[in-house]
Amino acid sequence: MLELRSIHKSFVAGHAVLRGLSLSVAAEEIVCLLGPSGCGKSTLLRIIAGLEQADRGQVLLGGREMNSQPAHQRRMGLMFQDYALFPHLTVAGNIAYGLRMQRMPAAQQRARVAELLALVELKGYEGRAVDALSGGEQQRVALARTLAPKPALLLLDEPVANLDRQLREELAGTLRRLLKQLRATALFVTHDQEEAFALADRVAVMRAGSIEQIDTPAALYQRPANTFVARFLGFQNLLPVCQDPQERSVLQTPVGEFRLCAESVAGQRLLIPPDAARLADEPPGPHAVRWVGRVVASTFRGSLVRVELLPAAGGDQPLCFELRSAGSVWPAGTELALWLDQTRLRLVAES
Amino acid sequence: MSAVWRVKRGGLAALYMLPILFLGGFYLYPLVSLLRVSFSAPDALQAVAALNSPGIWRLLWFTAWQALLSTALTVLVGLPLAALLGRFAFPGRGLLSALLTVPFVMPAVVVAPAFLALVGDEGLVTGWLQARWQLPRLEQTLGLILWVHVFYNVAIVIRTVGGVWSTLPASLAEAAAVLGARPGQVLWTVTLPLLAPSVLAASLLVFLFCFTSFGVILMLGGPRYATLEVEIYRQAVHYFNLPLAALLSLVQLFFTFSVMVLYTRLQARLSRSLRRQRLRLRSPAGLWGWLAVAAALLATFVGVFAPLVALAVRSFTLGDQGGTWVYYEALGQNLRQSAFFVPPVVAIRNSLLYALLTLAISLPLGAIAAAMLARPRTRWAAVLEPLLLLPLGTSAVTVGFGYIVAMGPLRAWPWLAPVAHSLIALPFVVRVLLPALRALDQRLREAAATLGASPWRRWWTIDAPLLARALLVGAAFAFAISLGEFGATLLIARPDWPTMPMVIYQAFSRPGLLNYGQGLAMSTLLMAVTAASALLIERLRLPGEEEF
Repeated sequence: MLELRSIHKSFVAGHAVLRGLSLSVAAEEIVCLLGPSGCGKSTLLRIIAGLEQADRGQVLLGGREMNSQPAHQRRMGLMFQDYALFPHLTVAGNIAYGLRMQRMPAAQQRARVAELLALVELKGYEGRAVDALSGGEQQRVALARTLAPKPALLLLDEPVANLDRQLREELAGTLRRLLKQLRATALFVTHDQEEAFALADRVAVMRAGSIEQIDTPAALYQRPANTFVARFLGFQNLLPVCQDPQERSVLQTPVGEFRLCAESVAGQRLLIPPDAARLADEPPGPHAVRWVGRVVASTFRGSLVRVELLPAAGGDQPLCFELRSAGSVWPAGTELALWLDQTRLRLVAES
Repeated sequence: MSAVWRVKRGGLAALYMLPILFLGGFYLYPLVSLLRVSFSAPDALQAVAALNSPGIWRLLWFTAWQALLSTALTVLVGLPLAALLGRFAFPGRGLLSALLTVPFVMPAVVVAPAFLALVGDEGLVTGWLQARWQLPRLEQTLGLILWVHVFYNVAIVIRTVGGVWSTLPASLAEAAAVLGARPGQVLWTVTLPLLAPSVLAASLLVFLFCFTSFGVILMLGGPRYATLEVEIYRQAVHYFNLPLAALLSLVQLFFTFSVMVLYTRLQARLSRSLRRQRLRLRSPAGLWGWLAVAAALLATFVGVFAPLVALAVRSFTLGDQGGTWVYYEALGQNLRQSAFFVPPVVAIRNSLLYALLTLAISLPLGAIAAAMLARPRTRWAAVLEPLLLLPLGTSAVTVGFGYIVAMGPLRAWPWLAPVAHSLIALPFVVRVLLPALRALDQRLREAAATLGASPWRRWWTIDAPLLARALLVGAAFAFAISLGEFGATLLIARPDWPTMPMVIYQAFSRPGLLNYGQGLAMSTLLMAVTAASALLIERLRLPGEEEF
């Protein structure tokens, strides 16, 4: 559906925002560009929408090259981060704007507006002023306005970032259901991995103008391609590692030794997921290994407690784990004996 | 404790009474006197009967339509410039926007001679233009009057509309484009509707100023053209028909107040309707963008600066001698050899003296009034706010005429002119100080307090620097207004205490090359001082204050 071929863009000479970025989005697929602010993800959306021109590279939609098309002829829907609702128009006026530009007859416009308002659950809001709406309502009006002209591709810039936390999760869910129901093809950007995982079929992690890894949320979480991706997804336990010269399946780290089969560990780090540890007397499985640490800090998170530990055996490399708790936190200095599931360990390329 | 409090409150109330007393005594009382004169004199009936004469209606009709036409032209010229200055960054942008505000405070007695020096019968380029394009004579035509009105007021449109334009979120136009709007459609369906309230507000103000245009019409219109304002002056001074002049003043007040009310309503709505964004300027895009910038710069130069430059050039080159200082030297001579007339150079002293007195009156009164208005609603503010707006909608000639009628023996008092100047300057001073006082965010003081600043140090380090700037801008406004004030001064100043504008006007209305040259020289001096004030205002004004 959408294909980007090595897009280059720099605003200031010698300081590239996008460096040879390629990406394709299949029909009816929802893809998310995830990255820290300043990685060029919003610029990419603007290039696809035709609001900026790429220095090099091609934008193809349904096999047709779009580079020379001005924004108003591309038939793409872009939802802005600040929604950009027209303050001088009513809710209906905003939603009908794109239809007006297509010279759709007024009666049809009204019908389509009503249809969209029903879709975003704002029935009867036609005559309201947009600045009298709540943040969540504005977001839904902006979505309805973007959907109204039936764009071939939906582009969403941080669609729920401007809302408060609870509303954000609720609307992210609604948004995905809606897009799937409409069988829409969508590309959206965010810096929030929870939002990315909740909305997208595939997530592309961006860094400094190019894509580091693109995969389904589950695969991304299981096998981050490198330490940048792993850190961005929230993994903290990334340990320098080397192989035991005699026994190649024994990996030595500053916090102790682990068993993991690997050809070579050169240029890699060992990732220990925060949920790979258990507090138990008996080993939970055949590949569990005993690890004892002293609590440095612990944070209560409801059903989980996040603890930071230093190995009891010595060393200054801390490990962080999320442990099931019976509603208690451990004071600093407490010794905890954990079972680590070694099947969960991964080697991740250093980036 | 409570006694001290009571004394303090009493003192405060007395202080607050000052601007109200001033406006009551020197504004409301003369207006009421005008009303009395127009209806109580024996020949008042005759004056009212004059309302039925076609002459009066023609006068009103001309006043209205020249103002409408001037407003339309000003908006037409101002909008592209507002777009340019509000949206684009280019070399010389700061200078251009600073220079564009110069005309706004330029006195009519400078502007009218300046345009004559450029395109009048004896103008610098007149011969050249007429030889090449068979241009008709411009002096004493409506075309020249309209051009001057645009020259004067284009800064209002640029400031009001450009200020809003530069803070419109760019995403609105982009959203429209993505939804399928062509660039022209974006302009018509999004940008212009969003700008409409500010365009309307600017138009009303421009209309108000053109409706009460005096000096320009008097000096450039010749006998053919007269606005209400000019006719009031003629009736009062030339024919001494006070009832008719008073009646015309009331007619004019009715119009200006109506426009003023509309304007303030609109302005209040405007200030809250838009969520403002940070100023974002772009580089002009491509060849066309740069061509537009060049065209605007050229148009601004020809339309706005060429006359001013011509004035200065002419004051040194009039006659056949080539470059000469003779007209400046002549400012020290009493050409008429008459006891009633003084050498023009004395007028410079008078004008400076009046301007300083105007500062001494209008700054303290303005500061008190602004302090009063800046506080949360008080009884005093409710009285003062509309009272302060009224002088802005009252023409200078009406004020001067009111003084003639009302002040009795005080009429011969030389200090009446600075009082009138202060009255005219007061709304400007208040409008400059008010935002600064309001910007003194209580939280800034609280932040300073938590950082360990004592009350006195808080005042000295937070309030004073902000206020000092605003006071200086207010002072520059008052100074420039007083120096250039013409309409009221012409009616009330004593002939043996002439000001620079009076001397200029007299010099141009008398025959002879030397008189003309004297006028040019004096105008040039006045222009230099006002331009300096305008640039000072522009340099010091607080950002975000775009009302005028």
